[in-house]
Amino acid sequence: MCMQLMSGNEAIARGAWEAGATIGVAYPGTPSTETMESFATYEGVYAEWCTNEKVAVEVGVGASAAGARVLSTMKHVGVNVAADPLFTAAYTGVNGGYVILAADDPGMYSSQNEQDSHFYARAAHVPILDPADASEALAFTKKAYELSERFDVPFMIRSTVRVSHTKTPVETGEKVDYELKSYEKNPAKWVMMPAFAKPRRKVQLERIAQLEEWVEQCEFNEVVKRGSEIGVVCCGAVYQHVIEALPEASVLKLGVTWPLPKEKVTSFANSVDALYVIEEGSDYLTSEVCALGVEVADFPCDLPRDGELSPGLIKRAFGFEAPEHIESPGDVPGRPPALCAGCPHRLVFKELSRIKAIVTGDIGCYTLGTLPPLSAMDTCVDMGASVSMSHGFELALAGREHQPVVAVIGDSTFGHSGLSSLITTVYNKGAGTVCILDNRTTAMTGRQGNPFNGVTLQNRESRELDLVGVLEALGIENVSVVDPHDMKAVRGALKVATKDQADELSVLVFKAPCVLLHRQRKPHYFVNGDCRSCGVCATLGCPAISKDAETGIACIDAAMCIGCGQCAQYCAFSAIEQVPASSEKGGVR
Amino acid sequence: MSAKTVLLCGVGGQGTILAADLLARAALAAGFEVKVSEIHGMAQRGGAVTTVVRYGDKVNTMVADVGESDIVVSFETTEALRNIAFLKQGGYLLVADETIKPLPVACGFASMPADAHRKLEDAGAVLIPAHDLAVEAGNAKCENVAILGALESQLGFGLELWSKVIEGRVPPKTIESNVKAFELGFAFANERA
Repeated sequence: MCMQLMSGNEAIARGAWEAGATIGVAYPGTPSTETMESFATYEGVYAEWCTNEKVAVEVGVGASAAGARVLSTMKHVGVNVAADPLFTAAYTGVNGGYVILAADDPGMYSSQNEQDSHFYARAAHVPILDPADASEALAFTKKAYELSERFDVPFMIRSTVRVSHTKTPVETGEKVDYELKSYEKNPAKWVMMPAFAKPRRKVQLERIAQLEEWVEQCEFNEVVKRGSEIGVVCCGAVYQHVIEALPEASVLKLGVTWPLPKEKVTSFANSVDALYVIEEGSDYLTSEVCALGVEVADFPCDLPRDGELSPGLIKRAFGFEAPEHIESPGDVPGRPPALCAGCPHRLVFKELSRIKAIVTGDIGCYTLGTLPPLSAMDTCVDMGASVSMSHGFELALAGREHQPVVAVIGDSTFGHSGLSSLITTVYNKGAGTVCILDNRTTAMTGRQGNPFNGVTLQNRESRELDLVGVLEALGIENVSVVDPHDMKAVRGALKVATKDQADELSVLVFKAPCVLLHRQRKPHYFVNGDCRSCGVCATLGCPAISKDAETGIACIDAAMCIGCGQCAQYCAFSAIEQVPASSEKGGVR
Repeated sequence: MSAKTVLLCGVGGQGTILAADLLARAALAAGFEVKVSEIHGMAQRGGAVTTVVRYGDKVNTMVADVGESDIVVSFETTEALRNIAFLKQGGYLLVADETIKPLPVACGFASMPADAHRKLEDAGAVLIPAHDLAVEAGNAKCENVAILGALESQLGFGLELWSKVIEGRVPPKTIESNVKAFELGFAFANERA
């Protein structure tokens, strides 16, 4: 046993390994990603990236049925994708223990919504545990395997950014000896056709009753007895804020948030003058506590219903003023993230912006193409939606004069769910242009492998899927592979696809590796004396390019420039030049 | 000791996360409980980043609140102004004297804040020439460690403890320059005190 500084994600991975989990299946997604990356480093485990979360959970259910303890991890929106197998896995139950991490993102640091995974647990009748820090993340995960087998149901672990990405010292333990269970054929348990699902539904209801009994005694639900005027029910990271914000309040910290311990909540409520429920991002806990027949008090002042909570926000809800402080000046400019200097796909957005296309976007770095100066994205909803939404746009715009409709999707996102969307378009003879920005990696979440780059999580030998071959096999006639660093090639390909083949479906594969993959630099570019302050280069939104606030003269930051040469192709005055190879050290940074 | 809050902020890629990791390990080595909260994801693409380190005998929350941070360390002047509201009255504001234009400014959509230096100085900021100190130490990349050196003037963990922490976390070839940068940062802050 020893103490290690661990993030919540690392602790969940450790807990799974200590419990004897040997199989890990996931799709990356912030804030969950490092959990599977960390699990993959333990001895004796097999871990893989699947194409999407639904596939991951199905692989997980299969591996559990065959007798292994399994870990699946995903971000909250991944649970939407995985919901189909999840709901029915709550009928089949498990053989080897099965734990699924749902990492929520209240405050939306890196997500398109801030949904609360508790609702899934309740809807699917899958028990859910809420660790409040990394130590609990390890302990709860480890115990969840035993509980999963005891109650014959997958267990969910819910974390948030502040649990997943907060490091704290964690006491690690020993790995338990877990012997793989044998598989025995049992269609009544595993074949969920109506004849078998009906009795399993009854099994599920009996299980809920057993869980409700167990949860009353479960040590994960803890009362911190302090004053008797105010009682607070909370869970997860919010507990840490409550403890600091309200030193006089007694707290019922729920480690199991579905099902709720009815007796425990009721008796806690009776022990205090007023009971409050403090939670972030949704009203799940409040409505569950109310549903127990417990009276929940209104806050004296407002508590935000959106975003993350903090001790300060909780204090404000109880009428405490913010301490004296210096206000941030009103003229501080925003600093949004941007596509990297040398990002191979910057020109695709520049050219889409130029032709004023209706661009249906997708989830990944390239969502940043939305922001000015590129301003080249009309929509972004969920993984794969670019392709299916462009089909929808085309359907509704058919017969009307309209701007070209172009879907933009990354290679990993295409593998996740864009492919099935594209099949729909092909099958229904849809039109439009689909741009696959193939940067050879899953860039936004930290450069994970995917089917189209052939890199696997544990660096096992694999095969790189032939993207063009797949597209051609679907019967798409207009497929081109384009060098995205070449402005004329990008412009020409988009022109052909959106004008000449406007009534047909075209797929353009813009293939060039993410700049962060190999970190290769060529000699940098600089602005010579011919700059006429036209500002065109600054419309590329490259972090290395700036223009003088007064003169408008462009400037390239030599340290940031990686020598991609995209900007030079846009300069009408030949004012952007590359330094000769001999005058600076090229090579790897 | 009741928990202390140190908010570190800067621009993605400046090394705030490594600095926070070193600070947390130093606090641990000094016998404290510690929590480090980072924000990943979108922030990695050159956006504004903040990391919070809290340490003490018992640490609960991992986030910083307006007017509650004992120390705000900024690796960049504009980010210091953005996060200045977190500083407690009488708290320590340490700012690397470096300015990186945000993209909207570089593209001409926005302007830099007026009188940034004066506002920081009015707020009592200690402006540290971290880049120059790192270069003097022999490695421009040690800027973040030079800043930690200056921060030590407020922490009192001891140079020996820090040296061990740094040795354990940086590439072997850069240990010497990192330790040197730390010492230069420490000396700078003490001269200013």
